[in-house]
Amino acid sequence: MRNVWTIARREFRLYFISPVAYIVALLILLVTGIYFVLIVYLAASASYTMGSSTPPGTDSVIYIMAYLFLLALPALTMRLMAEEHRNGTLELLLTLPIHDWELVVGKWLGSFLFILSVIAVTLIFPIVLNRLVTPGIDQGLMLANYLGIILVAAVFLSIGTAISSFFNNQFAAFFATLAVLFFFWWVIGWPAAVMQGSGNIFNYLSLSSHFYDSLLRGTVALSDIVYYLSLTALGLFLGTVAVEIRRWK
Amino acid sequence: MIRTTGLTKDYGSRRAIENLTFEVDQGEVVGFLGPNGAGKTTTMRILAGYMPPTFGTAQIAGFDVVNESIEVRRRVGYLPETVPLYPDMTVFEYLKFMADLRHLPDGDEMVENALELVQMEQRAEGYIANLSKGMRQRVGLAQALLHKPEVLILDEPTLGLDPAQVVEVRNIIREIGKDRTILLSTHILSEAQHICDRVLIINKGHIVAEDSPENLQARLVGAERSILRVRGDADELASQVAKIKGVQGVKVRPDGALEFQFAPGVDVRPQVAKTVIKSGYDLLELSPVGLSLEEIFLELTRDGAPTKKER
Repeated sequence: MRNVWTIARREFRLYFISPVAYIVALLILLVTGIYFVLIVYLAASASYTMGSSTPPGTDSVIYIMAYLFLLALPALTMRLMAEEHRNGTLELLLTLPIHDWELVVGKWLGSFLFILSVIAVTLIFPIVLNRLVTPGIDQGLMLANYLGIILVAAVFLSIGTAISSFFNNQFAAFFATLAVLFFFWWVIGWPAAVMQGSGNIFNYLSLSSHFYDSLLRGTVALSDIVYYLSLTALGLFLGTVAVEIRRWK
Repeated sequence: MIRTTGLTKDYGSRRAIENLTFEVDQGEVVGFLGPNGAGKTTTMRILAGYMPPTFGTAQIAGFDVVNESIEVRRRVGYLPETVPLYPDMTVFEYLKFMADLRHLPDGDEMVENALELVQMEQRAEGYIANLSKGMRQRVGLAQALLHKPEVLILDEPTLGLDPAQVVEVRNIIREIGKDRTILLSTHILSEAQHICDRVLIINKGHIVAEDSPENLQARLVGAERSILRVRGDADELASQVAKIKGVQGVKVRPDGALEFQFAPGVDVRPQVAKTVIKSGYDLLELSPVGLSLEEIFLELTRDGAPTKKER
């Protein structure tokens, strides 16, 4: 575990001197910020003209944040392993007395901690919102939303780390991650929409259904949490396998 | 300390090394000599625990490089051919990172010791991105030395350095080699001669010769060679030198110098010098000529050439 932490700490620090990480953080904070101001403004004007309206919750901001993560998180993970390979430093890391999984988990944890700090900044939205609406926002919904977005980020980053382990070129890793995320977030849900059955396999596999249909609505089901945690573990496992494969090549 | 048996590695259908069997004893400095693509890096990567062999086994300090890889990696300091550095870190940060990953109890002190050994204490706070190639090489060496490993594996440690840096790095290696087991690869024969107790020559994945650098040269040539440069007509002098007892062959090189051979142990050079002076020539140079690596390879790959020494 100590090695995981050592590697995670280095990755986390590295994000703070990386232009890509700043662009990602800025994009997420700027777009969610503008979106937040807009919905607050619209809700305020609606209540002014119509006399009453449902007060806005955190769900609309978190909803857009999930899409931003889909686009931006591959940029955070693309270099994690691919760049180590390109620099030749992977050879060094793989000859240190550390296990391959510790390297992969450490890399993932570094990116996860970075995105947690970005998410922490967005907590300003519910705090502001809480002061604007009476009698305050639905805190249960907010907690479920934030739990949801954190779990989604964990999965995205783990898939990105795994894909980065398979590639030598970080841009190839970026586009491959983007494609895989799009597929499991969006495309895989198409058959489910046609089939209409809520219990069908496509709906279960879709990354987004566990988010939109439950956590974003404020429902915290153990099955959804287990689903996201298992996928995160699967991504990290595949990343470790990719590193093992590199040794044999 | 290092023992390999029948080590073989295939990359797809290409066989990089085949049936390598050798040993390196504790405290020995052994040079792994061969042209590019001979299989040096592959062998070193296997020994460092980076990748497993296709067939065969390798042990370091009694631990198997595949089944007890972590134990092997604890005991080995490895400098890959491309020096693995993080340009975004300072020298100290980088070495501290390595010390942390190796769980060194007094990390800061060991980093300082390693920096002292490679004479880089002054640059500890400088960013790696701003270092010259020679300095980077030294930081790479410091990384390999950090945990005071029992075995050092250095892949082309002087590659791409300027002559002054080459001398510095060689001196550092020689200094470290006094109390460590070192396996270093090079494609420069003189480097092996300067640093190593013993040389393994590898070509196309096979060990073709194994001996001390001096013996290897003597065995291959069967005679020592020297070069003689004088002011004046070298052709006339050649006939006089040829008459000296013990001189086996004299030829005038295109650059005007004389090259002559003599049996090892029968040093004829004092007689040659006397003859030059007596004949009224000005002696400009009298120096030994070593075999170049290219010549050694030509010798070794020729049919019936002396091959691996029986151990």
